[in-house]
Amino acid sequence: MQIYLPIAEVSVNAFMLLGLGGLVGVLSGMFGVGGGFLITPLLFFVGIPPAVAVATSTNQIVAASFSALLAHLKRKTVDIKMGVVLLVGGLIGAAIGVQVFAWLTRMGQVDLLVQLCYVVFLGTIGAMMLIESLRALGRARRAGGALPVRKQRTWIHALPFKMRFRTSGLYISVIPPVLVGLFVGLLAAIMGVGGGFFMVPAMIYLLGMPTKVVVGTSLFQIIFVTGFATLLHATTNYTVDMILAVLLILGGVVGAQVGTVIGVRMKAEQLRILLALLVLSVCGKLALDLLLMPGELYSLADRRGG
Amino acid sequence: MAMRFLTLLALALALIAGPLRAETVVAGLSQEAISITTDFDGSEILVYGAVRRDAPPPGTEPMQVIITVEGPDRSVTVRRKDRRFGIWINTDASEIDAAPTFYAVQSSAPLAEALSHTEDLRHSITIPMAIRAVGTGRIDQGQFTEALIRLNLEDDAYQLNEGAVRFREEVLFDTSVRLPANLTEGDYRARIFLTRAGEVVDVYEQMIPVRKVGLERLIYGLAHDRPLVYGILSLLIAVGAGWMASAVFRYIRG
Repeated sequence: MQIYLPIAEVSVNAFMLLGLGGLVGVLSGMFGVGGGFLITPLLFFVGIPPAVAVATSTNQIVAASFSALLAHLKRKTVDIKMGVVLLVGGLIGAAIGVQVFAWLTRMGQVDLLVQLCYVVFLGTIGAMMLIESLRALGRARRAGGALPVRKQRTWIHALPFKMRFRTSGLYISVIPPVLVGLFVGLLAAIMGVGGGFFMVPAMIYLLGMPTKVVVGTSLFQIIFVTGFATLLHATTNYTVDMILAVLLILGGVVGAQVGTVIGVRMKAEQLRILLALLVLSVCGKLALDLLLMPGELYSLADRRGG
Repeated sequence: MAMRFLTLLALALALIAGPLRAETVVAGLSQEAISITTDFDGSEILVYGAVRRDAPPPGTEPMQVIITVEGPDRSVTVRRKDRRFGIWINTDASEIDAAPTFYAVQSSAPLAEALSHTEDLRHSITIPMAIRAVGTGRIDQGQFTEALIRLNLEDDAYQLNEGAVRFREEVLFDTSVRLPANLTEGDYRARIFLTRAGEVVDVYEQMIPVRKVGLERLIYGLAHDRPLVYGILSLLIAVGAGWMASAVFRYIRG
């Protein structure tokens, strides 16, 4: 069934969009990533103009994350206090990111920046997670299933403005979470992603939060940051396509619930290895696009100038 | 009514112009306007017409018909990639002042036969003539314009169908122009040229308004007139859908 999208101004198959939303929803529920890093390139691929794809995917992330967050709130795996601290940084980061995005669009280098960001961040984080998870899995096997929990004292514990996060069982400075949040907000505005792929590992390895509350807390921050980004895109570029968003959401909300169920049944290490492999494959594909000579050297800028 | 007036006008012009303008073209379109609805998946316009003669056909050169349909003009930036530091990035760009968002040329014979270069220059009929790229300050502007045309041809946004206009009974002709699904709103212009020995004998012109209607109109209008309301509404729909699906799942699982 073909459907004409009023803002994107293209006609696409409605069932394909539902399926696309569903697939990304499953991943969103499983890993706590918004799925923007998958949905944005997939939307380019089906012929949605890049500006509309970026703006609409932020809207879709809000919905996909909302249903997943409800599931996490019910299980009390959300550190709301930590979420708010991350959010403060996130809103500042998003506001800066929008300015950077507008400037690079004028320079014609926004695609390059987005691709480079994907390759660098996804590559580094994917590799780090894979190595760490494989090592943890190996340790768990040798130790007969018991995971050694070590609380390391690093430079992070020496920073001022300490705050107690009871749900996470942490007593750390607010500076690292605010900076993490700020960076995620920056990525959200520039790359059209929720930023979960960066925030989840940062929370685990940098802040030392327990894996159990990481997914729910990152979803909490993502909802507000992407919601803010959606409003900015709608009011400055008029590129949020409501019909496209609704189709992606309908597929996505169902997928997210399925994903949450799968996520609960799997071991944290297995989950991390899977996410690492997924992140690395997306990164590999984008790296090849940059390194190999493209079939078409010329491209047309979006006619709306976005 | 408008058509009759144009026919009369063409006839009057023919009389003034003398023996060379002894032939005129009258034509009609199967659709007066195009509405973009939610299930819009492209459209087809049938163009039909007849050649009117007030004198026996002049000379022995065969008569040809060229039909063009063009969408509203937009400025376009064409970018070119080059290898820098081992990766392919956009290095050059050309700002093309105006290029039609849609352009189709159909003719009853190869354009090289049906149209002389001077007449093409005068009436801007072929695809390269429809693109205005002046003062870009590039020596290699030609490559960028060619790329623009090539990319649009691949997209079916530009079409060249030589021989797609069929003649029936010598003076009757028809053709159908396929409009793709990703149409830009605006006033489209259809032109029908009658040529003999490459010279344009007569032109007939008609506008085709292309508009979004219904839900499409409503959403597009709201997004542009009240962007904040639209943005908040989008978020509410998103959150509502998320919450509802969650509630449905809870209910299913008891």
